[in-house]
Amino acid sequence: MAADDRKYTKEHEWVMVEGDVATVGVTDYAASELGDVVFLELPEAGSPVTQGDAVGTIETVKSVEDLFSPVTGEVIEVNEDVLDAPETVNASPMDGGWLFKVRLDGDADLDELLTADEYQALIGG
Amino acid sequence: MPYTPHTEQDVREMLRVVGVDSIDALFASLPAEVRVDALNMPPGLSEHDVLQVLGGLASLNTPQGDYASFLGGGVYDHLIPSAAEAITSRSEFLTAYTPYQPEVSQGTLQVIYEWQTFITRLTGLPVSNASMYDGATALVEGVLMALAKTRRSVAVVPETLNPRYRAVLDTHLAWNGMEVRTAGRAADGTTDPDALAAVLDDAVGCVVIQNPNYLGCLEKADALAAQAAASGALVVACVNPVSLSLLKTPGEYGAAVAVGEAQPFGVPPTWGGPLLGFLSCTDELKRQIPGRVVGRTQDARGREGYVLTLQTREQHIRREKATSNICSNQGLNMCRATVTMALLGAEGLREMGHANRVRCETLRGLLRELPGVELPFAAPVFNEFVVRLPGDAEDFCEYARERGLLPGIVLDGAAGCDERDLLVAVTEKRSTVDIQAYAEILHDYLEEVEA
Repeated sequence: MAADDRKYTKEHEWVMVEGDVATVGVTDYAASELGDVVFLELPEAGSPVTQGDAVGTIETVKSVEDLFSPVTGEVIEVNEDVLDAPETVNASPMDGGWLFKVRLDGDADLDELLTADEYQALIGG
Repeated sequence: MPYTPHTEQDVREMLRVVGVDSIDALFASLPAEVRVDALNMPPGLSEHDVLQVLGGLASLNTPQGDYASFLGGGVYDHLIPSAAEAITSRSEFLTAYTPYQPEVSQGTLQVIYEWQTFITRLTGLPVSNASMYDGATALVEGVLMALAKTRRSVAVVPETLNPRYRAVLDTHLAWNGMEVRTAGRAADGTTDPDALAAVLDDAVGCVVIQNPNYLGCLEKADALAAQAAASGALVVACVNPVSLSLLKTPGEYGAAVAVGEAQPFGVPPTWGGPLLGFLSCTDELKRQIPGRVVGRTQDARGREGYVLTLQTREQHIRREKATSNICSNQGLNMCRATVTMALLGAEGLREMGHANRVRCETLRGLLRELPGVELPFAAPVFNEFVVRLPGDAEDFCEYARERGLLPGIVLDGAAGCDERDLLVAVTEKRSTVDIQAYAEILHDYLEEVEA
């Protein structure tokens, strides 16, 4: 079952909200479907992002996919560890492999996100 | 012999399936005014007659070999080793398709890998792609890489950039919401550092340095690159690869991308094409590199092999989100250039560069002595320079052509030059006899004009 301590998107990203900061990563389902991650392009700290925007890319041995921002706000931190060691995304997608943090600009768009149950239904579980 | 693939039976069969009874009926929906009843074409000819007609047309051309050519401006007349022609003519290279299937393309892939190795060594940058169509489009791709990396929207180019490269760059950038600014030139023929400073600001993501520049002058590349770096812009160096055996490499003066035209290595000038672009870059920019890259690897049994790499960013996978709409390379000319560079070797390349420089200086010295002739630019040159005649340079070109010599390109309007200015290139292929003849023909011409 998908962990119910966070929310999800149809693009297979997870969002964990603590206070006004959302941490974003890709789900373990996505990490296993994508295969070995070899490179990540993440948004720069300080850049504004809007829910649904393509803000980076995730490159695996067989494809390059866009990363979308699941929320609206300002990027305050990116995970330098995954830039140095992209394989962290495969090893620990839901935890050490987080990608970036966004200071939320209000919480209206959190309603658009999927619950753990809804995400589990999406991936067929 | 059935040259037309559709036999009458094929046509009847197709019409039957479509459900009409004639070709006219098939096209009946087209309005009469757009239909053509008869093409303005002569009747068919026999194979022999066709060869006669085409041979007659071809004989109207004068082969370039009939002239001593001093034409340059981006495309040069260099010696081509016979082995380059012979090796490239092998059907394995000549007819090879794009090497998507590495198990049947090891030869092609290895040639590309060697090309990349040569280009990285010549330019002093660690990553090269598999080649590009020509120097102008390579420059565009280099500028787009630098702007993508810096997330800025303005490129600065020198006034002394090859005007054809400038036109191609303008075409690409204008429709991408980007701006091209010009840094003017100083009196000595090189880019004016004050003019560069005047157009630099924090919107500028890329500064192009062409070295030697279109006027043949050697830019103070170190200083220009430092100025660009200080404003946070990346340097795209547009260079003549023949000059790199003598000059500092783009890598040495801090360029992020090096581009240029590799036609001088083994590709004849023909009609000004097909040409051969190259592009190399720093490690930080490799994910932005357009086209394809060949990598060396090992198979499951530990044997060395070559494969296309970074394909994940090419158009056939990333579609409209690909790094570039270029997803091919210039295979045949790249093969010629690679064979030529391999035959020359490091020592041969230095000799070639040296011969270009010395012969160019020789002609420059002879022309400097002629009364009425001026060398307008004081900056040092490599294998090309501008000479200013007392009158219309086109008039002299005509005079020289009648005497078996192509004396250069008239620079009307380029980089602040006018119709008196002639761009003259001297490669290792021009003999001392050719060089002497140039000076004599110009001498005679000036005397006749005087008289």
